[in-house]
Amino acid sequence: MTAALAAPSPVGGAKTRINDFSIQVATVNGSGSQTANTVLLRAIFQMGVFVSGKNLFPSNIAGLPTWFTIRASAQGYVARKASNEMLILMNPETAKEDIAKADPGALVIYDEPLQLDKLRSDLAYTPVPFQKLVTASCPEPKLHKLVKNMIYVGVAARLLGIDMEEVKKAIAKQLKGKTKAIELNQTACMAGYDWAMENLEDQDHIKVVRDDKTQGLIIIDGNEACALGALFAGVTVVGWYPITPASSLVETFIEYAEEYRKDPKTGKSTVAIVQMEDELASAGVVLSAGWAGARSMTSTAGPGISLMSEFIGLGYYVEAPGVFFNVARTGPSTGLPTRTQQSDVELCAKCSHGDTLHVNLYPGNMEECFQFAYDAFDLAERFQTPIFVVTDLDLGMQNWASKPFAYPAKPYDRGKVLNQQQLADMKDWGRYKDVDGDGICYRSLPGTPGGKGSYFTRGSGHNAYAQYSEKPEDYLEVMNRLRKKYETAKAHVPGPVFRNLGSDKGVLAFGSSDPAVVEAQDLLAAQGLKTDYLRLRALPFTAEVDAYVKEKQVVYVVEQNRDGQMANLFRETYPEHATKFKSVLHFDGYAIDAKSIVDQITAFEQK
Amino acid sequence: MTTTTSATPAPAAPTNKLGFTKQDYVGSKSTLCAGCGHDAITAQLINAAFESNLEGHRVTKYSGIGCSSKTPAYFINQGWGFNSVHGRMPSIATGASLANRTLINIGVSGDGDSMSIGMGQFVHAVRRNVPMIYIIEDNGVYGLTKGQFSATADKGSHLKSGAVNDFPPIDPCTLAIELGCGFVARSFSGNPKQLNAILKAAFAYQGTVVIDVISPCVTFNNHDASTRSYKHVKDHDFPLHDLGFIQYSEVEQVDIPAGETEVVTFPDGSKVAIKAIHEGYEPTDRFGAMKAIHESMAKGEFLTGLLYINPTQPPLPEVLNLVDEPLTTLGEDLLKPSPAELDKIMQALM
Repeated sequence: MTAALAAPSPVGGAKTRINDFSIQVATVNGSGSQTANTVLLRAIFQMGVFVSGKNLFPSNIAGLPTWFTIRASAQGYVARKASNEMLILMNPETAKEDIAKADPGALVIYDEPLQLDKLRSDLAYTPVPFQKLVTASCPEPKLHKLVKNMIYVGVAARLLGIDMEEVKKAIAKQLKGKTKAIELNQTACMAGYDWAMENLEDQDHIKVVRDDKTQGLIIIDGNEACALGALFAGVTVVGWYPITPASSLVETFIEYAEEYRKDPKTGKSTVAIVQMEDELASAGVVLSAGWAGARSMTSTAGPGISLMSEFIGLGYYVEAPGVFFNVARTGPSTGLPTRTQQSDVELCAKCSHGDTLHVNLYPGNMEECFQFAYDAFDLAERFQTPIFVVTDLDLGMQNWASKPFAYPAKPYDRGKVLNQQQLADMKDWGRYKDVDGDGICYRSLPGTPGGKGSYFTRGSGHNAYAQYSEKPEDYLEVMNRLRKKYETAKAHVPGPVFRNLGSDKGVLAFGSSDPAVVEAQDLLAAQGLKTDYLRLRALPFTAEVDAYVKEKQVVYVVEQNRDGQMANLFRETYPEHATKFKSVLHFDGYAIDAKSIVDQITAFEQK
Repeated sequence: MTTTTSATPAPAAPTNKLGFTKQDYVGSKSTLCAGCGHDAITAQLINAAFESNLEGHRVTKYSGIGCSSKTPAYFINQGWGFNSVHGRMPSIATGASLANRTLINIGVSGDGDSMSIGMGQFVHAVRRNVPMIYIIEDNGVYGLTKGQFSATADKGSHLKSGAVNDFPPIDPCTLAIELGCGFVARSFSGNPKQLNAILKAAFAYQGTVVIDVISPCVTFNNHDASTRSYKHVKDHDFPLHDLGFIQYSEVEQVDIPAGETEVVTFPDGSKVAIKAIHEGYEPTDRFGAMKAIHESMAKGEFLTGLLYINPTQPPLPEVLNLVDEPLTTLGEDLLKPSPAELDKIMQALM
């Protein structure tokens, strides 16, 4: 077996890739592999190396194939990389296919009985007797299946040069306080490591070398970051319904609320969280709680947004605030529930029947997930309307390294709400009167004493005084004012961020595509093609976006859907520039990678 | 509102304990068909609110879509109204009742809005014991779309057009009892005295109140073949018991007819005295109530009155252990964790 490792690498003479490689682990879901993979990722992170993880899991509880890729990058590239330098093959169902797809020269760690080493001659094989090792290291047979995966962590640590103390620390961190489980897993891991020390020679293909790039960073997923944003934003009513990949946003919020949202004097809860019967009811709770003056939210994915559409139109027309997190997944219909996509762009931009336009926020990293979640509650109350925070499975459920979040010191903006005294002082209050000329009206909250300010909210036609009306002029007044309100929002939403290399060729992307675009920009520049990158962070488009579109000769719109939905919004908004927008697309359910972007832009440029 | 000692020629309208006149509880003018049963229900809501000394500004009124759902505009203008989307009124009431637990929530729905398109939300609001009075103005027909059958229409009943209903009805009352509702009543829009008493009892109850009010449609379902026509209901209305509501602060019970009396105590200390007509009828007996309703239905009668009561069930804000003050009034100081707490959270993620 060691002979295989010593065999000449087909990449012939290539120097060792230090802190710059991808590992793909193939397992069966429900086997505890998520813990093992996270430990491996954490251990590399603790070695001071930039690292990202992508869990490619099935929509299933246990028994189906799952893959986890870990990418280490000295340069800090954290997008998925399509090629892998190391494979760990634990799943007999997929092992042959995984071998067939492997990149030449890859190191392959596999379960010995699978006998994969005859399949291809251009790979470096390391068969491991997992069953023997697990039997020897774990006294409880019923735990063998769960602990077995820890053995490959030990083997990989030895081959990559990861300090075992970091691995042990990562296990303790991952299994927080569960003493017996920590011990069991550390023992199994050591068994793998010790076996590898005795039986395997060094390899010089890929290595982890201690660095200082991750000093002071956190590891978090976007759903937790959004949950924290909502926690600090003071959300008081949550109506939700479980759906992959959005459930963990509320579930994490519930955990934090247990600790941080109890009245210190009484121990009673300062937030109402109700798991509703469906997404329709969740939307109803969010909008009515917002209408009554609470800060409210829900978390869902595309199918949930489809169900909520009727209510979201109501929220838009009656002007009720609420925050809607859409952790997007692969559609249409049920689609691929555990895979990522950015295919709800147009749905969220114009959700519901009739003329509707919504403010959308597109966080592109963990700090923005936190900050935009926080800001969304201000925007909802300022603009008295549903606000979408659109992330996706890649941001929401994958592990990302991030700077720790800055404290959101900005006080809450509760918007134009009239209190009892203000209502008493007002001569001619109308719920939908545009007093300030910005399209945003003054509202009152149910329960305000004093006998003034009550009004009737209705999804049917209404005038500036919230009275029922079918008059064309009343209808137009409201609809035109809502449009004006949307225009006003341009000055309040986060503007784009730029990464300009000095070019009249533009690249435009949003959300989780960011790391792949940054990497692609560098790869293109190395090929001699410089680009200016605009990362869009919100709808409506702000003045900076206008200027960018006007100034660029071409704009490559990078997005993770089939139909170029964002490009469509741009063509519609800037019809005089419509031919500038070229779609760079990636929509197979896996997170976008830099190579896909480079290949497509290069192809356009060669035309 | 307030009476003064200075001489005024016209006699002042009677006021309630808060100093409001009945006029303070009215709403906008109804646009329903003349003689609509729904307007009679609205009138009793106004009377009961006045007599129960409700603070108008605490009242919220919710509805979905349909003729019934227009009526929240016709009572208690001092309160806030929310006419939402078809069949989704319960979730609207749920969210607002959580946002501000001091609100008095009145939902008005119809048989189509609640028993067809809104069945899911009805069921779950009742199951959660959302603090609200849920009135179903039940005419067995879709009035606003000009007369199609609803899910409460009796099997074999006819439409004006002659179409026959092939499917059995859903009964909101037995369903509500099955779901654990702690206050289930049925009344008839033509029996103002009974409806008034039920509504006053409902105002003192803290969880979900379901009141199915048979409310004949004068336009689309008032022909002799209909089981919800005035003629049919007048002939078949079968009052279960008379009911008198007494505020806790009052010493005497008023207008309690002779016979067996059951006094039910509400969590706020108010008491409802119920006189059962049936010998041995026990309004706190869930199975007995189901039996009585089913027996009545088998005879083609509407059993009316307070059918079932269980005042001990905690309403949703209590189940969720919410703070006593409205969530809407909590300040940033209480809601936003400190920089040190953020730091602690960040440390744990390193």
